[in-house]
Amino acid sequence: MLVMLSSPHAHGGDSIRTMMLTVILALMPAAAVSVYLFGWLAVLLIVVCMLACLATEAICLKLMGKSLTTLLDNSAALTGLLLALTLPALTPWWMAVVGSVFAIVLGKQVYGGLGYNIFNPALSARVILLISFPLQMTTWLAPMSLAVPPVNLYDLSTCLTLFFAGPDALQLGLDAISMASPLGHVKTEWTLGVPVAEALSGYQYSYLDAFLGKEAGSIGETSVLALLLGGIFLMARHSITWHIPFSYLATVALLAALFSSISPDQFAPPMFHLFAGGLMLCAFFMATDPVSSPVTPIGQIVFGVGCGILTWSIRSFGGYPEGAMFSVLLMNCAVPLIDHYFRPRVYGHESGRE
Amino acid sequence: MPAMLRNLAQRLGMMAHSFDGGIHPAQHKISAALASEPCPLSPIHILPMKMHIGAPCTSLVAVGDYVLRGQKIAKSEGYVSVPVHAPTSGRVVRIEEYAIPHPSGMGIPSIFIESDGDDAADDSIEPISDWRGMDPALLRERARMCGLAGLGGAVFPTFIKLVQDSRFPIETVVLNGIECEPWLTNDHRLMVEYADEILTGLAIIMHMVKTDSAIIAIEDNKPDAAKAIQLALDARDDLDDVRVVVLPTRYPQGSEKQLIYSLTGREVPAGKLPMHVGVLCQNVGTTRALYQAVVLGQPLTERMVSVSGDAMPRPANLRVRIGTPMRYVFARQGLEDFDGVRILHGGPMMGELLRHPDVPVVKSTNGMLAMREASFMSAHTQEQACIRCGHCSEACPAGLVPNLLADQCRSDQFDKAESYNLFDCIECGACSYVCPSNIPLVHYFRYGKGQIAQQRREKGFAEASRVRSEARDMRIEQEKQARAARRSSVRKTHPPKVEAESAPASEPAESSKMEQESKD
Repeated sequence: MLVMLSSPHAHGGDSIRTMMLTVILALMPAAAVSVYLFGWLAVLLIVVCMLACLATEAICLKLMGKSLTTLLDNSAALTGLLLALTLPALTPWWMAVVGSVFAIVLGKQVYGGLGYNIFNPALSARVILLISFPLQMTTWLAPMSLAVPPVNLYDLSTCLTLFFAGPDALQLGLDAISMASPLGHVKTEWTLGVPVAEALSGYQYSYLDAFLGKEAGSIGETSVLALLLGGIFLMARHSITWHIPFSYLATVALLAALFSSISPDQFAPPMFHLFAGGLMLCAFFMATDPVSSPVTPIGQIVFGVGCGILTWSIRSFGGYPEGAMFSVLLMNCAVPLIDHYFRPRVYGHESGRE
Repeated sequence: MPAMLRNLAQRLGMMAHSFDGGIHPAQHKISAALASEPCPLSPIHILPMKMHIGAPCTSLVAVGDYVLRGQKIAKSEGYVSVPVHAPTSGRVVRIEEYAIPHPSGMGIPSIFIESDGDDAADDSIEPISDWRGMDPALLRERARMCGLAGLGGAVFPTFIKLVQDSRFPIETVVLNGIECEPWLTNDHRLMVEYADEILTGLAIIMHMVKTDSAIIAIEDNKPDAAKAIQLALDARDDLDDVRVVVLPTRYPQGSEKQLIYSLTGREVPAGKLPMHVGVLCQNVGTTRALYQAVVLGQPLTERMVSVSGDAMPRPANLRVRIGTPMRYVFARQGLEDFDGVRILHGGPMMGELLRHPDVPVVKSTNGMLAMREASFMSAHTQEQACIRCGHCSEACPAGLVPNLLADQCRSDQFDKAESYNLFDCIECGACSYVCPSNIPLVHYFRYGKGQIAQQRREKGFAEASRVRSEARDMRIEQEKQARAARRSSVRKTHPPKVEAESAPASEPAESSKMEQESKD
């Protein structure tokens, strides 16, 4: 029996698998920096998250009676890598596993698997972890390159102990090895009435260090340089377009510039915002997740602007020092509406909608 | 750039507009450098009664009749239709249903002509040398009677477009030599080998629609064709306001609406025709056929066909008589075993997959591709879930959002699909080509369009029967009133008989006619 097929009978050769692999490759600079900063801890986190995501995906597929071949599409591995990069270095192994299970089960498979999830799986898991374990998720290990850390993170056995048994096993007080993130520091100081500039100088904040990544934060989010390299790679490979990252970052920068010029004591300057926290990671890798972002260029710009407004607002007025993750998730909800209202203009029509 | 400057640049041919979206598929134009050859006469020719868009023809011959090459053997019924001519001399041996090049394998009534080998021509159609002095209406009739239909693949009857409408004067004729489908090289060879005939055809078209201005559009993957046309153009002393525009290669540039935008910056409004923006678009093959019809008095009985594909032993550009069995053409080029070979009618982007080679070459046959099973199927791998990457939307030359449309078609939300402009889809296949999930988007669009058309037909039937039943009710009511009026007038004994009878009498006649019509 001859199977009849409809045209076109040619294909460009793109596949989900290669697209996901491209994103994984684009994250390699950030992953490398995380290993440089946090040594074996970063390696352990990345490996455990990726394996846990793959295992969870396999179990889910099995339970739903679906073919295991979709495991090979690299999407679960990418979710694991993304999740790992958003975690603090001191995240214990079980929390990483719980996060991975959340990401795959609640972030993706309950909606019907890849392509049907409303929220970015890695981000939703990260937020679940933040809400469930607020202390651990906001305790930042001082990176290797800053000052003299009390533990050697390039030593595998030390890291294995830290990862699987926790800092208590090494008789290390959390205070001894942790430090505040720049965003957290500025926020805390402002609640005590300290103006931004003073808070930054007290923190010995350096724009260069922030750009290179030598600061406290989640393992993969600190280096602006590494994330920019990855983002440019993605755009060069046509995996993402400029619309979301550009509109997102530009909105944050514009709002920060406007308000910091009105009230410099209360509002941080634009460069600080751009280099701080998870903004770069979110702008290039989270907000651009194709499944949970708008399809059309105009919609993507609207989406990016929305993310920017929310990020800056949460950072400036919210209870949490960082708002990038929340804002991307909030904008994820708006995607069907954005897709409906911001369509391209159809050839020969006045507007996209009739 | 200021509009004026851009306008100037375009006038000078320095810069072209560019249609939205599009893709760069692998070209595979392996037959581009092969000079065309005539395909030898096949022992049998099969002429389907419908090789154009529009109403089918009815046969003028009977089994046993002897016909000459170019003799009209089937006449068109209806306006949107063109007649069929015998491709060679010989005897009509059968008239019966036969498969046409269509994925369904469906058949339509066809005339079988056994060639006698003489290839004797019917010269009843006079060549016209002084076409410049002729009434365009007569030339238009010539295009119709010679069976001309768009040879780019759409096979819309050519004469319908060749009209000068005073409300929508044609400012520019666009000669389409784009040929953006991979593999195909038939238009390419025509331009290289028959440049002057194409230009004469163009001059005839320009005379018919009363314009002096034309653009010949060629993609930059065919520099030799552009050069041949330019040389032929320079050698002529007419066609002063005709220029060759070489556009960067991009699929689907050859699509009429996209091409018009690329060349003129004008968009054909939805539901309108190119003439509404002052443009007439013709394919180079059709234009040469018009030259042959007018200047040589030859009906359309032969066309250029690209015979190619990765399973084709000897690719070629052949001048094939219409009606020649494809199996015969393939065999001539060394392909006889079709095991593990898939045959495409047309190019890979918009062409049709055929079930078997036992179909004739028809007017729309621009290419016959033999593809190896493995390479063919690599374009049709397992469909995966949409990851909403938006590549389809970027590639769409019509500005649609294909992934949303496909979702709507798949879930039978046809109203929504229509409001998302499903019918503006030109089925170019660019979306499916770029889809990383291998979703057969165009297939879903065809399904959606088909379902909507079906619903409209059914709604039309329902509407007609509602009108019918209302007319019947009205007729009964009027007859009742008429009877009442007659009774009262009879009682009053001065009957205005003529008036009373004639008024109701016309009503039943009309409604029964309506009934008759809706039954048809």
